[in-house]
Amino acid sequence: MLTSSRVKMPRHNDVADLHIFALFESAATALHVTFSKGQGCGAEFMKHLVSQRAKAKMGHGYMTQKLKLVVVGNGMAPGRMLEHLLDAGDAYDVTIFNAEPRVNYDRIMLSPVLSGEKSFDDIIIHDEAWYKDNGITLHMGAKVSKIDREAKTVTSENGITESYDKLVLATGSDPFIIPCPGHDLEGVLAYRDLDDTNAMRDAAGKGGSAVVIGGGLLGLEAAAGLNILGMDVTVLHLMPTLMERQLDTAAGYLLEKELESRGIDIRCKSNTKQIIGEDGKVCGVELDDGTLIKCDIVVMAVGIRPNVQLAKDAGLEVNRGIVTTNGMQTSDPDILSVGECVEVGGMVYGLVAPLYQMAKVAASHLMGPSDAGFVHTETPTKLKVTGCDLYSVGDFAEGDDREDIVLRDAKSGTYKRVIIQDNKIIGAVLYGAVDDGGWYNEMLKSGEDISDMRDTLIFGQAFQGGGAVDPLAMVANMSDDAEICGCNGITKGTIVSKINAMGLTTLAEVRAHTKASASCGTCTGLVENVMALTLGDDFKLPDVETMCGCTKHDHGTVRRMIKAKELKTIPAVIQELEWSTPEGCAKCRPALNYYLVSDWPGEYVDDQQSRFINERVHANIQKDGTYSVVPRMFGGITTPDELRAIADVADKFSIPTVKVTGGQRIDLLGVKKDDLIPVWKDLNDAGMVSGAAYAKGLRTVKTCVGSDWCRFGTQDSTGLGIKLERLLWGAWSPAKLKLAVSGCPRNCSESTCKDIGIVCVDSGYEILYGGAAGLHIQGTTKLGNVETEEEVLEYCGALTQYYRETGFYLERIYKWADRLGYDHVKSVIYDDAEQRKAYYERFLFSQTFAQVDPWAERVQGAEAHEFSPLADFSSREAAE
Amino acid sequence: MTVQDNQWIAIGALDDIPRQGARRVITNAKTIAIFRTSQDAVYALEDRCPFKDGPLSAGIVHGTTVSCPLTNWVISLETGEAQGADVGKTGVFPVKVEGGRISLCLEEKQLQNA
Repeated sequence: MLTSSRVKMPRHNDVADLHIFALFESAATALHVTFSKGQGCGAEFMKHLVSQRAKAKMGHGYMTQKLKLVVVGNGMAPGRMLEHLLDAGDAYDVTIFNAEPRVNYDRIMLSPVLSGEKSFDDIIIHDEAWYKDNGITLHMGAKVSKIDREAKTVTSENGITESYDKLVLATGSDPFIIPCPGHDLEGVLAYRDLDDTNAMRDAAGKGGSAVVIGGGLLGLEAAAGLNILGMDVTVLHLMPTLMERQLDTAAGYLLEKELESRGIDIRCKSNTKQIIGEDGKVCGVELDDGTLIKCDIVVMAVGIRPNVQLAKDAGLEVNRGIVTTNGMQTSDPDILSVGECVEVGGMVYGLVAPLYQMAKVAASHLMGPSDAGFVHTETPTKLKVTGCDLYSVGDFAEGDDREDIVLRDAKSGTYKRVIIQDNKIIGAVLYGAVDDGGWYNEMLKSGEDISDMRDTLIFGQAFQGGGAVDPLAMVANMSDDAEICGCNGITKGTIVSKINAMGLTTLAEVRAHTKASASCGTCTGLVENVMALTLGDDFKLPDVETMCGCTKHDHGTVRRMIKAKELKTIPAVIQELEWSTPEGCAKCRPALNYYLVSDWPGEYVDDQQSRFINERVHANIQKDGTYSVVPRMFGGITTPDELRAIADVADKFSIPTVKVTGGQRIDLLGVKKDDLIPVWKDLNDAGMVSGAAYAKGLRTVKTCVGSDWCRFGTQDSTGLGIKLERLLWGAWSPAKLKLAVSGCPRNCSESTCKDIGIVCVDSGYEILYGGAAGLHIQGTTKLGNVETEEEVLEYCGALTQYYRETGFYLERIYKWADRLGYDHVKSVIYDDAEQRKAYYERFLFSQTFAQVDPWAERVQGAEAHEFSPLADFSSREAAE
Repeated sequence: MTVQDNQWIAIGALDDIPRQGARRVITNAKTIAIFRTSQDAVYALEDRCPFKDGPLSAGIVHGTTVSCPLTNWVISLETGEAQGADVGKTGVFPVKVEGGRISLCLEEKQLQNA
């Protein structure tokens, strides 16, 4: 499953970056840790270890028997706990049983996976190499079903039994499924792990509509993701306003308006009566007022339930969660618990910061007697969906002894409210302008008296000193105890000391060694500022692969936002995505023009001034400013009449060079700009159209002679090549697209290094793609075999459309497939008939606007200004 | 420099050039590219990039600059100078728009700061 051992750290992302930690390990992972050395442990623990070893010696007659730690659960909290244990210097022998069939990954980042911005590999925290390097054996897909506290063993459903000296339960939580009629229909999904995310992506690939039940963090995350993927989304929320646990009604209202403006239908005060099915599949939702909403999937995101069954069966004290002391110890002294399954101090937790705190406390107690104890702190909630930034922390209920300071700016859509009790901040809700969230939270935590600044408090930190705040100066003024990374509880002092002690210079290193900004990534800017202050001139901002200097966004973000915000002109993109230049540059404008052509067929008017000269004049500019002209020859087949016409054109316009190209076409080189139109007219008159040899689009389909002539030919490769080229011509794509069809595996038309290649075999056709034979050389990868020509056309059309919709400008198909993964492309285009048909239909629709010969249009007078000079004084001057 | 009235030559209408586009004026000595920005400002440069002689009239116009179609050098429409790290300069010609008609002076402009 894993192809590399890298662990990518999340960066800022613009959509649906919910600061929530959905840790839902199902009841069932066992981790088995063995101490082999005692260094790094306290003296008390050494004593403990020695006594354990003495016991072992009694039993087995020698001293090497190891102490065993079993952990049930392999989510983020136990993963972090293990890191702390390993950091303490102990070498462990570890065995993990994980109910999910995969390694530990960052569940906060599931929404970028849903929206397609990240792949699963991108969000892995511990890859397989990590377990191996640390002596951990990981049993994936092994759900623990029984704890025998007498014998001190755990047993998994698939029959693996391990004994333990210490046991840690990290069984996480399960999504709460409303037990209404129809809740078990096919198409009712939760949003808790990668499988759910993939199921939603699959559903979205087929289009249609979705109902999300639950307008809390997770539900809105799912809704935003599905909306970006192009589904019609309705959110049903029981309460009068969205996210009522984190937002007051005013902020909830602003959020609702914002989401509705993107086409998400929000229905508050809606109670689901039943989910309606047809043939066992979801087809709609009925509300208790009788309203019917049609839909293809239902996502339940109404809350989570600590998963306590295993603990309960073992006779441990269980309330809402598994009850622990503030040292994370359950009612059995040899069993600890961490994560969302825990109830500590009467509270259960779902956000990442407290769970990581539990992990640290548990690790500390596992290393020996410790004073470490879990302390409740207010964890801020941030929702980062572009255009609706919000931040809330603390208590914001109204009360007689409480005061509110509120700032509203309807025009800019911002709302700030700070709740004060006894001259101290006890809560804050910010919408639209969230920069001061951290500042309010610092004062909330420190309990600072705000009497002196109450007049200006609501305007934020910048107004306290008078001038605008310099973010670097703000960080400089922070105390060493100030928390920079809320997810991981990392203070400024920790980051500074690690940078100095270990000589860290890059953000990636700081993340690797401190974890600061390594979870949700929203504090990346702060961490960079801490680095800048500590390193001075040695600090260089990491290179973000932005589209160009005009924007901070990368290609993926821009493509996503064009769809999500329905941006349909270049000025709209530049305005809405906050370009730093007034009208882009020669790098971003052609890319934006392509994205808009691709995303809004029939609606977007191609902006000629944003195309490179070759695509503007439909010929290739040469080094001397003349052009080359290539007429199309479908499948590389021509006729004597066509050849005669080409020869006549070459004579008539004194074209100096006539060459056969690598793609089996004839190239007329050295045509003067002013001659382009008459050259095209003559070629048009002979029945030829533009060969698009200049286009980031379909170029050529190269063929061999196949079964018509060749004694080895298995199929009519020439005929198929012609059909493919007739299907695909005119299509714009992220980069040029070249195909070939070979009549047999001898492969005379070189299909195995083309963007898309077909190799005919006796039983049908092999479809290959992702080849390259330019600067980079790589063979194609097989998409799969098909039996008929019609299938070849459908599969190639769908593959082309998928590439058109998700490729980055100038990204050849092999780079695109390398990025997405060949297995993934195959799963969408080859394995999934419904998705394939949907892509193919979109391709055919798009082609109805694209298959117009640009030469003929220009011969008829279109874009005439491109081809003739504004004024020509050369003859007049000569006459003078 | 001051252009004498008799030095102005009428070359066409503003609307003959698309916004963010360019047209050529051909003389025996050289070709001059006439640019129209998105804000309807008009500029005239020799149609030759100082790097590899690329026809600037075929470039992409953004703001008051044009990117050369051959090498992507960015040339200022105001000064004719290459932008960024590149060094080079192409000729700038006086041009004016009156009543929607464009006039050009074929005598190269001597820029004070150039």
